[in-house]
Amino acid sequence: MTLTARDIRVSLGRKQVPHGVDLNAEAGSVTAIVGPNGSGKTTLLRAITDEVPCLGQVMVEGLDIATAPGWQLAARRAVLPQMATLAFPFTVLEVVRMGLMSGGHGQDPSLPSRALAEVGLAGYEGRFFQELSGGEQQRAHLARVLVQVWAPVGQDGPRWLFLDEPVAALDIAHQLEVMDIVTRYARAGGGVIAVMHDLNLTALHADHVAIMSAGRIAAAGPPDLVMTDATLSKVYGCKLRVGVAPEGPRPFLLPHCAALA
Amino acid sequence: MARAEIGAIPAMPPIVDRHRTARRAHVWLAGLLVVVCICSLATGASGTSLWRVLTALLAGDPVSVTDRVVMLDIRLPRLVMGVLVGASLAVSGAVMQGLFRNPLADPGLVGVSAGAGLGAIMAIVLGAFLPSALITLVGNWTVPVAAFLGGWLSTIILYRVSTRAGRTSVATMLLAGIALGALAGAVSGILVYMADDRQLRDLTFWGLGSLAGATWSKVLVAGPMIGLSILATLYLGRGLNGLAMGEATAHHIGINVQRLKNGAIMTVALATGAAVAVSGGIGFVGIVVPHLLRLATGPDHETLLLNSALLGASLLLIADLVSRVIIAPADLPIGIVTAVLGAPVFLWILLRRRGLVDL
Ligand SMILES: Nc1ncnc2c1ncn2[C@@H]1O[C@H](COP(=O)(O)OP(=O)(O)OP(=O)(O)O)[C@@H](O)[C@H]1O
Ligand SMILES: [Mg+2]
Repeated sequence: MTLTARDIRVSLGRKQVPHGVDLNAEAGSVTAIVGPNGSGKTTLLRAITDEVPCLGQVMVEGLDIATAPGWQLAARRAVLPQMATLAFPFTVLEVVRMGLMSGGHGQDPSLPSRALAEVGLAGYEGRFFQELSGGEQQRAHLARVLVQVWAPVGQDGPRWLFLDEPVAALDIAHQLEVMDIVTRYARAGGGVIAVMHDLNLTALHADHVAIMSAGRIAAAGPPDLVMTDATLSKVYGCKLRVGVAPEGPRPFLLPHCAALA
Repeated sequence: MARAEIGAIPAMPPIVDRHRTARRAHVWLAGLLVVVCICSLATGASGTSLWRVLTALLAGDPVSVTDRVVMLDIRLPRLVMGVLVGASLAVSGAVMQGLFRNPLADPGLVGVSAGAGLGAIMAIVLGAFLPSALITLVGNWTVPVAAFLGGWLSTIILYRVSTRAGRTSVATMLLAGIALGALAGAVSGILVYMADDRQLRDLTFWGLGSLAGATWSKVLVAGPMIGLSILATLYLGRGLNGLAMGEATAHHIGINVQRLKNGAIMTVALATGAAVAVSGGIGFVGIVVPHLLRLATGPDHETLLLNSALLGASLLLIADLVSRVIIAPADLPIGIVTAVLGAPVFLWILLRRRGLVDL
């Protein structure tokens, strides 16, 4: 099953970002969206999660997000925002519980604690969310998102995770841990769309990469095909060289300063 | 290794489950309300004693006319009105704080009560110009309905001004509230200036911020509005919890944000309108009660709203009791009592929580 977005346009003031974007993603695989700051990744993610009004059509598992009721969408997909705010001193457990549909009636009450353990926050249940570090807050929100669509495949089909820079604030161990959670989710049949900045993690974990540049998709496909010296250097406007890690076929790259190259 | 260290620091004794405490608080606060109600019924300027009336009733003896009047027509309506107004003030404060995602949002503080007051004054002064058919249709309801409309309009204006792209600016909210309050106050002043003698009497009586004018007819008018708003809170709790994470995230977890906001605004307007219409402006209940409860049982709106209603009712009855005994047999306007008790608590909140309300 799939997510398809056709000709997505979002008007921001006088400009359109994204500007006519098509995106296809398959459940069972990780789709990464990469691109420079301001290229429209977050706005695209907002558009396909029905957060901002957009032109074009988005279908998730056969549901048109423009017309499907919010609760139906919420049952099939969860969204991790790039920046999360929280008013009032809720505890970590209370925040994660908010991911339980309809207040958690009729759902496994141990889910929030299990999700917290999954993201490496076991034992943080009773702490105040606002007193966590930035990376811990991000992982707590990830736990909330996981709780919302815990089973990668439900009775009505695959569930989807939409993640805006899920590892941006994390140390390297937690980056790998979170990417591992995400990959396992996809391997179990769920859909994942993640906005990423770390190209090496992207190359390592994504099955499909869409490279955005100035509101458009510059290239899309499997990482070893689209993550090339030429494309990346052009999109990011600096010299980059892609190599291959000794152990495998996945590309990896090191930035080369223009002066050094 | 770093992870193990972080995990080993317990920042504070864990509050693993405030949920159950908050639920138990429903019972405790209901019990408190019953006790306060009995004290309130038993206290008054006249010599009537609750004990005497009750024993007479139980023994089947006749109750004297004075006792009957004091109990049924003075103390009881005042008690019921105190419960209704206290509950509505606290609930409108709690709902408004949830809607604006800020513990300082309170109808009295940000101009909503002033807007409701303007509506009420308009109804009293300009009511004479309304078509008589309309007057006979709405009857007793003219003032509360006008107060409701005034409160509703000011809440909507306030929300529009202070919320951009789903985020509320606290500074803008407070400043817009000051502007709204000033505007409503100025227009109210003009109306008072225009009022004739009879209307002036109505206005003074209304504006005292007191439960002294409680009558059954006022209770009948305010009761349904306040009852409706308290009923509505049962459906707002989960939504307001989600809203604490911002409008977008609330939407993503399946909350109909537009409907939630409309419902919350209506609830605030109904509760504030009804309270202002029957008792004038009584401050600080809406800010102090939810704050104390958040400290004790956490910010979960699913329990906070009902607990606020219960504690607000009790605290207002206590304030009313104080206002009746402190300079007995005269009545101190209850607004003075709530301000004297509430304003220091409010300042204390500001001192303790400077980080949370940073502008
Ligand atoms: N609300 C807004 N109003 C006007 N312009 C906006 C708005 N939000 C974003 N933009 C602009 O749209 C462009 C795309 O923004 P977007 O947040 O989608 O970028 P991004 O690719 O997610 O960047 P980053 O890597 O920094 O997160 C930027 O140029 C930004 O300035
Ligand atoms: Mg972004």
